[in-house]
Formats: sequence, structure tokens, C-alpha cells
Amino acid sequence: MNVVLDNLDVFGSGLWTTLKLTALSFLLALGIGVVVATARVSPAAPLRAAGLAYVETVRNTPPLVLLFLFVYGLPKTGVKYSLFISAVLVLGGYTGAFVAEALRSGISAVPIGQAEAARSLGLTFTKTLRYVVLPQAFRTVIPPLGALLSALVRNTSLAAPIGVLELTARAGQLNTTDPNPVWIYLAAAAAYMVVTLPLGAVTRLVERRVAVAR
Amino acid sequence: MSATVLYDEPGPRARVWIAVGTVVGLGLVGLLIAVAVVRLSSHHQLDRAHWTFVTDPTILRFLAFGLLNTLKVAAVAGALSLTIGCLLAVCRLAPAAVLRVAAATYTHFWLSIPVLLLIYFIGLGLPTMGLDLPVFWFLVLGLTLYNSAVFAEIFRTGVVSLHSGQREAAAALGLGFWQTMRLVLLPQAIRRMVPSLVSQYVVLLKDSSLGFVLPYPELFRRGQTTGQYAQSVLQAYVVVAVVYIAVNASLSYLARRLEARQRRPGARVPAEASIALNPLVVGANLSTPAA
Repeated sequence: MNVVLDNLDVFGSGLWTTLKLTALSFLLALGIGVVVATARVSPAAPLRAAGLAYVETVRNTPPLVLLFLFVYGLPKTGVKYSLFISAVLVLGGYTGAFVAEALRSGISAVPIGQAEAARSLGLTFTKTLRYVVLPQAFRTVIPPLGALLSALVRNTSLAAPIGVLELTARAGQLNTTDPNPVWIYLAAAAAYMVVTLPLGAVTRLVERRVAVAR
Repeated sequence: MSATVLYDEPGPRARVWIAVGTVVGLGLVGLLIAVAVVRLSSHHQLDRAHWTFVTDPTILRFLAFGLLNTLKVAAVAGALSLTIGCLLAVCRLAPAAVLRVAAATYTHFWLSIPVLLLIYFIGLGLPTMGLDLPVFWFLVLGLTLYNSAVFAEIFRTGVVSLHSGQREAAAALGLGFWQTMRLVLLPQAIRRMVPSLVSQYVVLLKDSSLGFVLPYPELFRRGQTTGQYAQSVLQAYVVVAVVYIAVNASLSYLARRLEARQRRPGARVPAEASIALNPLVVGANLSTPAA
């Protein structure tokens, strides 16, 4: 117990790094997700293929392999970033594939009659998407995006084995200097829960606020 | 909704634009590949010497047993998680409040902490508490605790998404809660959730790579060792990634085949179920009725 109370600042700095990692990767993931989802529904076949290849490759590889490839493999070709930036790029790229799929299935979940009605009113492709389909798609997408954000918070722990000093790495560090795994890891788990549990509650709240009655 | 509703059949001008987009898209992809190849070869990463380990029978055997270990852990943890997840889902819908609260607490707890943290805790903490198992079982334990919670959410979502008439009809026939679950609701829910279950199984298989911290000699760990031994770090990770992609993509392919075979007239999966294809989407509310 003391090992936790004496080292609250260590947990705090770990949690802060975890939060920074999460925020930056999620922004990147949203950007990648929008681009890839657009590519996947575009009329140009090579773009669709490229989008599909990206999603399938990234989703079927363990994020840990991607991280190690990026951190230990790419420097062999002269591409080298700081550990933190590497973690942001890989986690953002990984989550981006899932965001793309969530956005795409959000569009598919809008009943076909909505687009048909918009088209028969004479709205163009852009206007159909902008005024009719996307506003409805965003609402369907909020719960999956919330789940992805919560998963991302937890996935930032993967940055620990490559040496980013986030929450999991800090716990490991403490445990080597002052072995007391039970208390140290319980405290780390509690710190993660402080982030993930409210996140789930907020997602549910937003979901209820913007829900469309169909 | 098929994307074709979004725009008219392309006319001559639109076709030109699509052609331009196609050329630009191909050019971009080609450019990326060219840059990668130039970069790799200028740093001698495409040299034969860096790839010969792929033909070394000893190394191949070493990696093959790594893959076998990965599959073994995924099979055992998968079977356990599915069973426990199914039980948890039933408990969460049970009439007894104690069961509901207990199952919900279990699920929410494991879903809110990272699996890696859990595996570190198991590997470092349990032996100090006098529980010393082979690392295989440590990894199975870690993966099962987390994935049983995810599977529970998937099963529950499946049951909740069924039409209420199913439950009402079962009640009208005089079936009790457990009978309704076992004979009426679960069989339909499982069939409906096959895509999500398989996606989550792929996640479980990928998460088995976390066993490298224990260390459990699975594919990723062995790839790491191979890379250091053969002095081909980049190449070893690429090979490992390709193997993971091959295994997971064939799993997903099998699942699609299975789903197509099971889809019979009158047993249509609602559009919302496609959201559930996303393995990370747990607790997504799929209960909104199909429009």
C-alpha cells in the first residue's frame, strides 16, 4: 500500500503520458479513418482497393508487431522517430483502420430509402451525403467510436514494451525497484479505470442525447 | 445501403473524372511502393543475405512451432472464453439481481483495464501469491479473463437484438428463463453474432502476442529471436506480420463462408449487425430495431 501512496507522482506522470498518447493517436486515427473510409466508398477502383488493403493488413496484424516493426525495423532504412512519436503513429494508424470501418458501416446502417428519397428530390451526391446520410451516420457511429476510444486508452499500454514511460511502464518500473506487484498493478488498474469508466458513461450519454427515433 | 444510390450512373464527364481519379490513385500507390523499395534497397534491406533465413529449415521449424504455440493458446483461451462469456451473458439477463450485478461488475472490470497490464500482473503477481503455473496457463488466464467479458457483451447484444416476440412466445408456451435462453434465444443470438464472435476471436489471436512478456514462446517472441539471431530484424517482423495476416484473413474468410451458408430465407441478419463486424465495438447498442 505504501509503495502506491509514496509514488503517487510516478503514477500521475504515467497517467499523463497515457492521456497524451491517447489524445494524439485518436486525432490521427480520426483523420486516417475519414480518409480511408472515403477511399473505400469512392467510385475509383484503385482507391477502393488501397483502402481495403490498408484495413485488412492493419486489422489482421497484432499492434505489437506493428510497433516493433516501426521502432526496431524501420530505423534500418534510416526512418527514425522518437519513441513517443512512433507510438502515436502506430497506434493512430492501427486505430484508424477500425475508425474507417466504423464510419463505413455507419453509412451502410442508414436505411437505403433515405438516400433514395434525397436523390429523387434532386439532391446531388455531395448534398445527399451532407444533409441526409452523414448526419444520421454520425449518430450510429458514436457508440463504436466511444468503444474505440476506450480500447485506444487500453492499447496505449502496448507502448510500454518499446520503452514509452506511460502508466503500465511506470508500474513495471516501480515494481523492479520496490517489488509489490499486487498493490502496484491494482493501483495502475484503478488509474486506467478512472479514465475508461467515465468515458463509457459519457459515450452512453451522448448516444442518448443524439439518438434518432426511427 | 449500396454506394451506388448516392450518385447517378456516371455520364461521360463523370467517367472522365473517375478515370482521372483512378490514374491519380494508381500513381499515388505506385509512388508509395517505389519510395519504399528505393529506401529499402538503398539501405541494403532487400539484399539476399537478409532474407535467406526464410529458407533455413531450422529457423522455419523454430517459427512453425511458435505459430503452433500461438494457435494452441488461442484455441484453449478461445474455448474457455466462449463458454464463460455465454454463461456471463445469461447471468446478465437473469431474473436474479445478484447474478445480474455480479456478471455486470465482472464484465465492466475486465473491459476497463489493458490486457497487457493484466498479463504483467499475472506474470509478476501470482507467483508471489504462491500460484505458480506454467507460462502457457498464465497467458490463457489473462486472455480468458478479458475475452470472456468481451464475448459476454457480444452474446448479450445478440440476445437483446432479438425480437421481443421470441421471448414472449417462449413465455406463452410456459418455458422458464433458463429454458427460454437455452432453447429459444441463445441459438438465434449465436447465429446472429457469428461475425462479431469471429472478429473477436481474431483479436484474441492477435493478443496472444502479448505473451512475449511472460515469456511464452509464441510466434511474435520467436520472430523477435529470429530477427536478432539472423541479424534481419526488419525482415523477421515482416515475415511474422505476413503469417499473422494469413492466419487471421483465412479465419475471417471461413467465417464469411459459414455465415453465407447459415443465412437461410427468413433468417436475415439486420443491417445493424454489420456494425458488430468491428471487433473492438463492444457494448455498441445494436438493439435499435431495423428500419
